Amino acid sequence: MSVRDAVLTRGVPLPLPTRDTDAFYAAAREGVLVFQRCSACGRFRHYPRPLCPACLSREFAWMPSSGRGTVWTWTIVRGPTLPAFEAAVPYNVVDVLMDEGVHFVSQVLDCPPEEIRAGMPVRAVFVTASVDITLVKFRRAE
Amino acid sequence: MSGASIRDRAAIVGIGQTPFAKHLGRSEYDMALEAILAACADAGIAPRDIDGTVRYDIETTDEEQLLAALGNPLLRWFASSAWGGGGSASVLVLAAGAIAAGLATIVLVYRSRARGKHSAYGKGQHLGGRYWERLDTALPGLNGWHVPHGLVSAFQEMAMIAMRHRIEYGTTDDQYAEVAVAFREHARLNPNAVMRTPMTIADHHASRMISDPLRLLDCCIETDGAVALIVTSAERARDLRQRPAYILSGAMAGGGHHIRLSTFYERDRFDDGAPRVARQLWETAGVGPEDVDVAFFYDFFTPLVIMGLEDYGFAPRGEGGAFVEGGGIAWPDGRLPCNTNGGQLSEAFVHGFNNTVEAVRQVRGTSTAQVDGCELAFVAGGNTDPTGAVLLRR
Repeated sequence: MSVRDAVLTRGVPLPLPTRDTDAFYAAAREGVLVFQRCSACGRFRHYPRPLCPACLSREFAWMPSSGRGTVWTWTIVRGPTLPAFEAAVPYNVVDVLMDEGVHFVSQVLDCPPEEIRAGMPVRAVFVTASVDITLVKFRRAE
Repeated sequence: MSGASIRDRAAIVGIGQTPFAKHLGRSEYDMALEAILAACADAGIAPRDIDGTVRYDIETTDEEQLLAALGNPLLRWFASSAWGGGGSASVLVLAAGAIAAGLATIVLVYRSRARGKHSAYGKGQHLGGRYWERLDTALPGLNGWHVPHGLVSAFQEMAMIAMRHRIEYGTTDDQYAEVAVAFREHARLNPNAVMRTPMTIADHHASRMISDPLRLLDCCIETDGAVALIVTSAERARDLRQRPAYILSGAMAGGGHHIRLSTFYERDRFDDGAPRVARQLWETAGVGPEDVDVAFFYDFFTPLVIMGLEDYGFAPRGEGGAFVEGGGIAWPDGRLPCNTNGGQLSEAFVHGFNNTVEAVRQVRGTSTAQVDGCELAFVAGGNTDPTGAVLLRR
């Protein structure tokens, strides 16, 4: 084994929920995509943060998303990549502009690389990755 | 501190570097010290007279290690810039600010980087592999929003940003290739450059796609090497050994970061960091993009040079691609020669600081791709980070 083999990340990297993100992952485990919505000005935000960047209010609620959006930008990863993802190469990664106006980085499942395009309508689906973590992925919306 | 208050107050009077290579087999500490001694010798100042330092916050050679090796009894002011390559010009804004404020009189600015064959960054230092190959598998920070979906490294994040630029403006592979080929031609003239074999547009297109739309030859190289600069007051600069490169102006601005696409796209591109740096820079310098003789963009990836031309007003919004066509940024005949050292695509990747050294050479008149009568050089940090830029004048 080379020294490089000894330090290479082999496991699947997963998020570790924090006090700012616990509620997001708790909802995802139940199959619900939620975003923070400012209680003062009504603006949605993602990633989760304690303050509304539009009006500086600390009051917010976790609101269920429509789960719908369109592909804003994308790439096809052909490698190199982490060993955990090598079997999936080539795979897509997308930035979805959600109907709520926030951006969300994820993947479109069951969509060949040549069929990904900007503006493609997508809807959220849920993939259990561990006991604690359910990842939000997308499928093409008809 | 406003940009105006540092205008023409400081100058770069010494430059030094190590060789650049894919593998030097040396520590970042050792390379930093070689570059620092070379910069002091170039300036004609004694290392013990350095009383201020500026480094990148990710630099592994810190102030204590400098003191331990250089023995500077006078070190009294030190600072660092965050955001990696985004701060590659910001470090000079900090240095000029310290000079203008009288906090220091001779400021060392440096960057040492062993990231070639054996990365010296993060866990498992010197054991090989890229930083992103050694990520944790439990991600408490913002990496948790994209790494679990297979977006693990800078070139993949940049691919997403480059793709959006294509979606909006129709930027093409040929335009990317123009950037790579121009900088390779510059590197071929530069004995310090790591990549000196000829490259054609066809070579670029034939290189393998690694993350659409980026091919291998759209990416910077990974190298070992260090660079150091000595900055002092404009008054003192006139009495030193080299022709000074005066810091005409400099600016910094917070902004989105390429790693966090969910917030990167919260604001319009032209309300983001680099375009706001541009507005401050030109306003405080009293010159415009049309006055610049040579420009240095943070060329980590070819499309980011095209975006940089737009961010800083050298090209209208969406027309950076057209700007680089037909050798637009190639020395000697392009409308704006850029990265005349070969840049980070072909000379070396020292987090942008090798480009700054070349900008000083252009102002001195000693580049291997010298722009005739060069009076004004522009240097920008990474334009998809919180960033900065400076103008150097003769």
